[in-house]
Amino acid sequence: MKNFSIATRQKQNVSILDIKGELDAHTASQLENALKSLIDEQNYAIVVNCSGLDYIASAGLGVFMAYIEDVRSLGGDIKLTNMNERVYNVFDLLGFPSLYDILEDEREALESFEN
Amino acid sequence: MAGTKEIQTLTVDASTKHLAKVRDFVAAHAEQIGLDPKDISEIRLAVDEAYTNIIKHAYKNNPNKKVNIEIGSDGEQLWISLMDEGSSFDPSTYNEPDLMQRIKEKKRGGMGVYLIRKLMDQVQYNRKGQTNEIRMVKNL
Repeated sequence: MKNFSIATRQKQNVSILDIKGELDAHTASQLENALKSLIDEQNYAIVVNCSGLDYIASAGLGVFMAYIEDVRSLGGDIKLTNMNERVYNVFDLLGFPSLYDILEDEREALESFEN
Repeated sequence: MAGTKEIQTLTVDASTKHLAKVRDFVAAHAEQIGLDPKDISEIRLAVDEAYTNIIKHAYKNNPNKKVNIEIGSDGEQLWISLMDEGSSFDPSTYNEPDLMQRIKEKKRGGMGVYLIRKLMDQVQYNRKGQTNEIRMVKNL
């Protein structure tokens, strides 16, 4: 049973991951593989659009923790957008908003990469 | 209803592929007793974190092991117990995660226990014989 899916698209120089469904210790490896591929292909400006994300557990947050330093040290960032309130609350409980760029929508994230 | 107790149990293999089923099992009970969507999503996350910790730490990813889950409620509390027969967890060695430090050290775990404590009103760890139990309570 697949309850998570991920798709990658490119807008100008920014790679956008659309994640959908439920991100937990079972599905986190799919996100991890997608992030790894982007980094291997030297795409360091990354937006993760969470508009289809219904649920996240700490295993999902762990993936973002594992790659953020590398991406930033290479001059890029991983920005998160379009979270629903329940998903945002989990990020918030663990203190992510002070360390990650969590934005209302994708356009804002694209603009912030331009600056 | 006050005074009546509802208890349901589920036994699953210790594998992350059953995470969705475990979450749905507790959510169904919580819905049945009329909890609001926020409480239901907190209970889903707490049981996910507890079950994931058993899979990874108590059973070291051995999918042949079993986890027993019990959810019950009366008029005042909802409780969820997860029982395993793996390595026990010592909560006294546990510290609140420092996110910045973990990112720097590329450590990605250790947040589940913290989340469970934030999401539930009481958390107890018990060991009886070979059985470990984590019991999580939400006041209604």
